[in-house]
Formats: sequence, C-alpha cells, structure tokens
Amino acid sequence: MSEANQNAQEFETAANASETVAEFEDHRRGVLGKLQHLLHVNPSFVPLIVLVGAIVIFGLLLGSKFFSPFAMTLILQQVQIVGIVAAAQSLVILTAGIDLSVGAIMVFSSVIMGQFTFRYGIPVPIAVMCGLAMGTLIGALNGWLVSRVKLPPFIVTLGMWQIVLATNFLYSANETIRSQDIEANAPFLQFFGTKFSVGGATFTVGVIFMLVLIFVLAYALKHTAWGRHVYAVGDDPEAAELSGVNVHRTLMSVYMLSGLICAFAGWALIGRIGSVSPTSGQLANIESITAVVIGGISLFGGRGSILGSLFGALIVGVFTLGLRLLGADAQWTFLLIGLLIIAAVAVDQWIRKVSG
Amino acid sequence: MRNLLKLAASATALTLAAASAQAAGETVCLITKTDTNPFFVKMKEGATAKAEELGMTLKAFAGKVDGDHETQVQAIETCILDGAKGILLTASDTSSIVPAVKQARDAGVLVIALDTPLSPIDSADATFATDNYKAGLLIGQWAKAKMGDAAADAKIATLDLNVSQPTVDVLRNQGFLDGFGVDLADPNVIGDETDARLVGSDVTDGNEEGGRRAMENLLAKDSSINVVHTINEPAAAGAYEALKSIGRENDVLIVSVDGGCPGVQNVEAGVIGATSQQYPLLMASLGVEAVKKWAEEGVKPENTPGKDFYDTGVALITDQPVDGVESLSVAEGLDLCWG
Repeated sequence: MSEANQNAQEFETAANASETVAEFEDHRRGVLGKLQHLLHVNPSFVPLIVLVGAIVIFGLLLGSKFFSPFAMTLILQQVQIVGIVAAAQSLVILTAGIDLSVGAIMVFSSVIMGQFTFRYGIPVPIAVMCGLAMGTLIGALNGWLVSRVKLPPFIVTLGMWQIVLATNFLYSANETIRSQDIEANAPFLQFFGTKFSVGGATFTVGVIFMLVLIFVLAYALKHTAWGRHVYAVGDDPEAAELSGVNVHRTLMSVYMLSGLICAFAGWALIGRIGSVSPTSGQLANIESITAVVIGGISLFGGRGSILGSLFGALIVGVFTLGLRLLGADAQWTFLLIGLLIIAAVAVDQWIRKVSG
Repeated sequence: MRNLLKLAASATALTLAAASAQAAGETVCLITKTDTNPFFVKMKEGATAKAEELGMTLKAFAGKVDGDHETQVQAIETCILDGAKGILLTASDTSSIVPAVKQARDAGVLVIALDTPLSPIDSADATFATDNYKAGLLIGQWAKAKMGDAAADAKIATLDLNVSQPTVDVLRNQGFLDGFGVDLADPNVIGDETDARLVGSDVTDGNEEGGRRAMENLLAKDSSINVVHTINEPAAAGAYEALKSIGRENDVLIVSVDGGCPGVQNVEAGVIGATSQQYPLLMASLGVEAVKKWAEEGVKPENTPGKDFYDTGVALITDQPVDGVESLSVAEGLDLCWG
C-alpha cells in the first residue's frame, strides 16, 4: 500500500468522524518496524523520549541540584514564554505556514498593555484587552494576506515582523516601564508572574497558563471538527476544499488565534520580567520554530502533535539549565540544540517511511 | 510600467528637493549600532543639537540590530559619496569595519569612534569613549567597601553581555573583579579566575529577560550568592526579579553600569546599590565639535593624557557613599541621566 493511499484512508476515517482514529495495518516485521509504526501514530513520543532521557542524564550528572522540585519548576518558568509562543507557532505550521511575526506581536502587545495604562490612564483590564485585541488584529491581517491575497506565509510574516517591530519602537519611543511602577500602580499587568509554591516546587500563573493552553489546544486539534480541518488544510488545501472544508475560514481562525496567543505571551512576558521593555523577545520567532521542529511537527504541514512543541521547548530548557549547571560554555548549548533540530527532522523523515 | 516610471521620477525629484533643502554647512555622519537602544537615541539627540548649533548638517545611520555590520559599511560608503567632513561611528564589528574606515580616511574624512574603540584602536582618527575598565573598577571598589569584612567570604556572580565577550563586556567585568580584589589571571578573558568566592558567570544579552534567566541559573548553582555584577541596568532589573521571586532581594548587593534614567531611578529605589554612569550625549556633541574643527582648521582631536582615547568621563552614582570611592548622589545622577 502506498503512502498516499494510506493518507487518504486516514482522511476518510477522520472525515467520517467515527469513534476510531485512523488505523494502519502493520506490514513491517521486527522490533524496528513496530517502533517506527508506534512513533508514526504518536508523533510526540520522540521528543518525550528525548526529554525524559535528558532529565535522567542531567539528574545523574548533577544530582539533587538539578533533580529537585525547585530546578524542575524553574525550567518551566524559564520556558513559559517560548512555550506559549510555540503553541501559536504550532497551529500555523500545522497549516503548512510559518509565522515569523510571533515575537514582534508578543512584544508590541505587551507595550500596548503597558503604555495604554501609563500613558492614557486606561484601567488595566481594558488596557490588557486592547493588547489582546491588537494581537488578534495583526493575526487577522496575516491570515487575510495568506488566505485571500494568496501570498506565501513566509513572506507575509517576514514583512509583518518588521512592520510590527518598527511600530513597537516608534510607538513606545523605546521607553521601558519599570517593574516598581507597575507593581505600585498596575499590579494586574504582572498577574502572570503571580506564584504559588507546592512543597519546594514553584509555579506561576504563566506556567499554568502555558500547560492549560497546550492541553486545550491538543484536545481541540484531536477531537473537534475545527482541529481536523486544521490538519486537512495543512496536508492538502485543495483536497480539503473539495471535501467541504472552508479553507479560508480555517486559515483565518488559525492566524487570529496565533496572534491572540502571542498577545497572551506578551502579558506573560510582563509577569516574567516585571517591566514592560520594547526590546524583549527579539528571538522569539526562531526559538519557537526551534521548539516546534524539535517537537516533531512537520514543517510541510498536516503532521505532528502540539504536545510535541511543549516537549521541544522543555528539551531546550533542560539542556540550557543543565549545561550551565555543569559549567559548560553557553556555546555548547547552541551547538547541541542545532544538532537536535537536524536529528529531529531526520527522525521525522524516517518515521514517514513507515509504509511497507 | 509607465506608472512605475512616473513614480520613480517623482521620487527622484522629491529626493533632490530634500537634498537641496538640506545643503546647509558641512555634513557630519553619525553611524550607530542600532537606533532603538536609548543609549544611541541619546547620542543622536546630542549630535543633532550640536550640529544645529554649529550650522552643520547631521545625517544619522544605524544598523538594524546589534551586530549588523553590513549596514554600517554601506553607511560609511554613503557618507564618503556624500562628501561628509567627518564620521562618528559606534562600530558593531570593531575589526571588520577597519577597511571601510580606512577608505573614508583616505578620502579625507575624519573618523571618530564613539563609545566602542576599533581594533586596533588607532584605526580611527580618534576615540571618544567611557573608560569601561574604570566604570567596572568603581563599582567593584564600592561593593567591596560596602560589604566590609564580609567581602572576604562574598559569593560573587557576574551577569555579562554575551558569549563572544566583546571588549566592553570584558572591561566592565574585569574592572569590577579587580576593584573587588579578585585576582584576574588573564585580564582579557572573562571566566578564567580561580578565586573561590566566584560562583560563576552567565550571559544576559543586556536585557531584562536575559538578566532574569542568568540570575536564576546561577542561583540554581549556589543560592547563597550575595553580590552581583551586571553589564547594564536592564540586566540588573531582570536579576532583581529573579532574586525577588525567592525572597532574597534585600540581602543581595547588585551593581551595574550605564546611568540611564530608569537605572538611576532603580538606584534610588534600592534595586541597584550603585551604578557607573556614562555620558553618550557628551560623546556625540564633542564628536560634532571635533569634526567642525577638522573642517575649518585641519586639526585632529587629542587623547586624554596617559590613555589611547579621549575619556568622556564616568561617575559612580549611589546614595550610600563609601570612604575612598568618589561618588555622586542619585539626585545629581538623575540630572545627568539619559534615556
């Protein structure tokens, strides 16, 4: 049976929205074949195995310094921003697009929340709503250009990245709003930084938000019609259109949701760094794409699990903290992350050869 | 096509009109690393005001991001073509820019490096900069005196700029350690010291996010850190957030360098113990004056005696002065701050 046929079969089953998810007949013999099949059906297994492996290895090397509730939850705090942005990036990449403007949307939304509060005296909840609305609006603009004007997502978001970043600098006049001022006058802006401890482990609202967001999106992608449409559009937009999926609406919803999630990341950013700083998040687009790729989501669209992106972000976080604690030069982190990216795509290609 | 041609023609006409309107006095170019960092924004302000006062035309260029070398080379070429009398340059890549600088000097343009010395330093006609080693030395001496006897068992963390260890990063770090009384080993390298009081270094990219992450990493290594050197005030603000999240913000001494207004306000608020203030506005306005002098009299600027650059000064800002280290009060620092 060819791969294309199998995909079609997977679709029909999905489109029928039956109780059973698509299943494959396993033609391959041997342990390797079985493993390949297992990974094909559960795309987030690979990053999960890498993540657990990394935690175990660093735990053995560093002992309780690393293998403690404090350090483990610290990693969660350090990856929360990238994790939230990676959730947005995952949605876009599942539709075979890419969003280079995520970091710019994030920082611009946070600047709007801060400046609306301090410059115009708008009540904080409304200023936050304005920031979230701005993120959604920019996402809608991206979606419209991709879906209606038919421009490649890479080009659209490359342009939008620069437009939004420049707007951010022009509007904010590069002014940082200090942490103390926010704490004194608008503590709600730092809401995502609120922390609570559970026996040595420290969680923040931002971390909880990241986890809840990923699980909600994972559920929506797997078990709702909208989720199946997202996969269908990413796999083959023409076929999706022919089988009754509204491709334009699906794409618009994905880019708007991506913008909204990035605006939430902007709010979480204020909680994390305390201040509103227009120069933050410059590399969020690259960091989020890295998490998504290591998480096993295919850049060609239509394949992968959003849980993988969370594992991808955590893998980067574990390596960063673990290597720093071992006293390694920060360059080694970059080198290893680079190797991981290439290895992740190689594994992905190997899994794709699953058809016998 | 016809429309395109019309558009091009009108654009050209506009540019020419704009150019002729600006043809007042000599031209001086300012090329900075970025036009977003408040430090460079202030530099541009200082240069613009001074150029206007002296009846010169200032043209400002900037890289897109820190480290954007290409745009700076293009800017130098544009300035040579433009017949500028002088170029004030804050180089992103201090050695790669040298051939472009030589081209400008060969064409009779005075090139002054601002804030960041070129390598080698004499590749430019002059350098107007902060003595970054002294900036580090002052906060190191202050921290040592402030801690008194406890300095002998201090737990030191340094939050530096980035892994490539640019000159400014090394000078501030090593100056601080020297002032605190740590043996430097090689003064050109961060991280080769063997003093047991050093917990470690991490990089911040000079912003809040990086400052917080670096501080968290080092606290995970040793939670009893009690003195922190930071490359600049945004990194210090991030470090403070990390300390606050584990309730140690009041028993850790943070020192920094820059003297931007939010930073000096943080000294006032007790977030930062002391900071070394530098004066970007002065660098730029002195630079414009030097170009004017060169254009009229053909005289190049002199270095500060005993140094291979012109020192535009640095001052320690703190409300907790210590004996033997000269400092200004926060009130004075706020009058002089930038950004």
